[in-house]
Amino acid sequence: MKFLRLRTAGTALTAGALALSLAACGSSGPAGGSVSADSASMWGLTGGNQASLQNSVDAWNSAHSDQSIKVEFFANDAYKTKVRTAIGAGQGPTFIYGWGGGVLKSYVDSGQVEDLSGFLEKNPQVRDRYLPAVLKNGEIDGKAYAIPNNNAQPVVLYYNKEVFEKVGAQPPKTWDELMALVPKFKAAGFAPFSLAGQSKWPNLMWLEYLVERIGGPEVFANIAANKPNAWSDPAVTEALTKIQELVDAGGFINGFSSIAADSSADQALLYTGKAAMILQGGWIYQGMKKDAGNFVSSGKLGFTSFPTVSGGKGDPGNVVGNPSNFWSLSAKATDAQKEAALNYIKDGMFTEKNTQDLIDSGAVPVVKGIESKLEASPDKDFLTFAYGLAKDAPTFTMSWDQALSPAQGDAMLSNLDQIFLKKVTPQQFVDTMNATVEK
Amino acid sequence: MASITTTSRRTLSRQSLSKGPSGWLVAPALVFFLVFAVIPLAGVLFLSFTSWDGLGEIRLDGVGSWASVLTDPVTGNALLVTAKIIVYSFVVQAPISLLLGVFTSGAQKYRAALAVLYFVPLLLSSAAVAIAFKALLDPNFGMGPGLGIPALAQDWLGNSDLVLFVVVFVIAWQFVPFHTLIYQGGVRQIPASLYEAAQIDGAGRIKQFFHVTLPQLKYTMITSSTLMVVGSLAYFDLVFVLTAGGPGYSTRLLPLHMYLTGFKANDMGAASALGVILVVIGLVLALFLQRLGGRNRSASQLEGA
Repeated sequence: MKFLRLRTAGTALTAGALALSLAACGSSGPAGGSVSADSASMWGLTGGNQASLQNSVDAWNSAHSDQSIKVEFFANDAYKTKVRTAIGAGQGPTFIYGWGGGVLKSYVDSGQVEDLSGFLEKNPQVRDRYLPAVLKNGEIDGKAYAIPNNNAQPVVLYYNKEVFEKVGAQPPKTWDELMALVPKFKAAGFAPFSLAGQSKWPNLMWLEYLVERIGGPEVFANIAANKPNAWSDPAVTEALTKIQELVDAGGFINGFSSIAADSSADQALLYTGKAAMILQGGWIYQGMKKDAGNFVSSGKLGFTSFPTVSGGKGDPGNVVGNPSNFWSLSAKATDAQKEAALNYIKDGMFTEKNTQDLIDSGAVPVVKGIESKLEASPDKDFLTFAYGLAKDAPTFTMSWDQALSPAQGDAMLSNLDQIFLKKVTPQQFVDTMNATVEK
Repeated sequence: MASITTTSRRTLSRQSLSKGPSGWLVAPALVFFLVFAVIPLAGVLFLSFTSWDGLGEIRLDGVGSWASVLTDPVTGNALLVTAKIIVYSFVVQAPISLLLGVFTSGAQKYRAALAVLYFVPLLLSSAAVAIAFKALLDPNFGMGPGLGIPALAQDWLGNSDLVLFVVVFVIAWQFVPFHTLIYQGGVRQIPASLYEAAQIDGAGRIKQFFHVTLPQLKYTMITSSTLMVVGSLAYFDLVFVLTAGGPGYSTRLLPLHMYLTGFKANDMGAASALGVILVVIGLVLALFLQRLGGRNRSASQLEGA
């Protein structure tokens, strides 16, 4: 038991360090109802879904003052670091916001999150409200540990219709068309693609889609299954080579490696007309709807699926991205907190109002039977497009950095950054990544 | 810092040997030092011989973490970047702070007013400084395109060859005021009689600077340099917000590498090993700079003045 004590000391150390560096990042919303220190706590993300989550919790708190929830919001990158350390130190929130995949598995392996299979068994109405393919992403070894809480976020190729008109271009349907557009936009003084390279994960969307289009979903399935030398698949090398060709051609905006996604500077480049296209997640539609004035409402924002690659094996209908975000329940929470949390999941989430809030913000909730609501929305073009992508995709591959173990995911993002900067060759990337496969 | 306080503690205890207050008075300070410095350090040393992802059980791993850290080319690169930052920061900051310190120590009113202005960057937190410069240096929305001056529209933070110098500049912008303050205090302590004697001997302003001011500032320089060099080892917040260590590994300093290894890759064993390396380098550098000052550090420079 000596180790246990040392472990606590270790977590205290790391938590202390984090408390210092991250304490300033939190922002708590207006507290509704009677929120106390014993209330169930919830950490959410700033950005597109912040308002609808805040509304949903406020509504819950005013109707259930005895089971109130205290919600705080954090920026994406800071949250991912903070929550893991907090959980390791036993200070995590009752509601753990997550993406499923490798991170969820590490929580399950160390007994930090509750098994919710029994809860879903007893409350079939909760299970049945979700798109089944999305709900499945919250399962580890056949048991449910995470329940979807917001919207489907497929990665989409956005483009600025005004810029396309000026240049007289059509959105690319194949990779060759995409490459042919690059010199056209450059000659007209536009950057072909915006990219938030400093955040590293937006780079990954390029690799995910190219590997998917070239080699099909099996390539990453093998990588995720930790098969030895899975990274040596020729599809990976070809995808990396194509990325470097695009970098060489000047496809990405000047200074892309110093642009951060958390400040939404990459979206701003698209709607201010400095860049023609951007490959980003479904959530930036919400961001641009909020930040870009009438750019979205006046129909200047175009969107399409990722181009096909000639000779590629992947189904053009396949998508990558985040199937949804999820709530997990902390195993360290008190019984009262857990009860309040489960009641909220049962009755507070995806209420008529909450679902409508999400749709109004420009998001596609991951629940069934919302087609008519989507049709009635002013954003119906995008919403039906995104809903169709998510619902009809033969395979919806989860973002790789979330699907892999944290250590592997981090190594992959760092090395991919090196690929975009042309500091390593595709072969070096493959060799480094093969070395991270756990034996 | 640590070595400076030891020095003063030693002089203090020598004076107080005969009639000084009880040794128990140091107990609160010692307890703080033990709880917040020695024990965490021992913890980190222990963790460096384990493998731990921050969540599960801590497993003893022998020298596994050390082997992976020492053979990782990223560690070597982090050491190189850190060394470059230390040297460049020193070369840029030391002369500027010295000259500004001497300048602002003058009694003229306009110098006092300027000294207050110079002091302003010190009032801002590193994160605020980094966010402000990040916005100013943005290649698409920053001051270059904003003012329409092409020379300013470089890819300051995205070009691997430029970014290190940008970081050195921003660090200097933030910390030169602090070192200026130290030098200003040092210069004001130099007895006027020394300058009067130099004038009688026929020394002009420049000769006075090189033969009176500089030698008299020897210990101020050592203090400032120690803070500068050891402080360079701890630059984290500013660089983290400004560049996050990028592009690639271009500004991934040792402390940043430690943080990213620990909290992004969740490899606490390797991060602890990097922490130990950082502590050792810091101590060696501090010790070396103290040695530069000669053994008899408590001797007064003001004797006979």
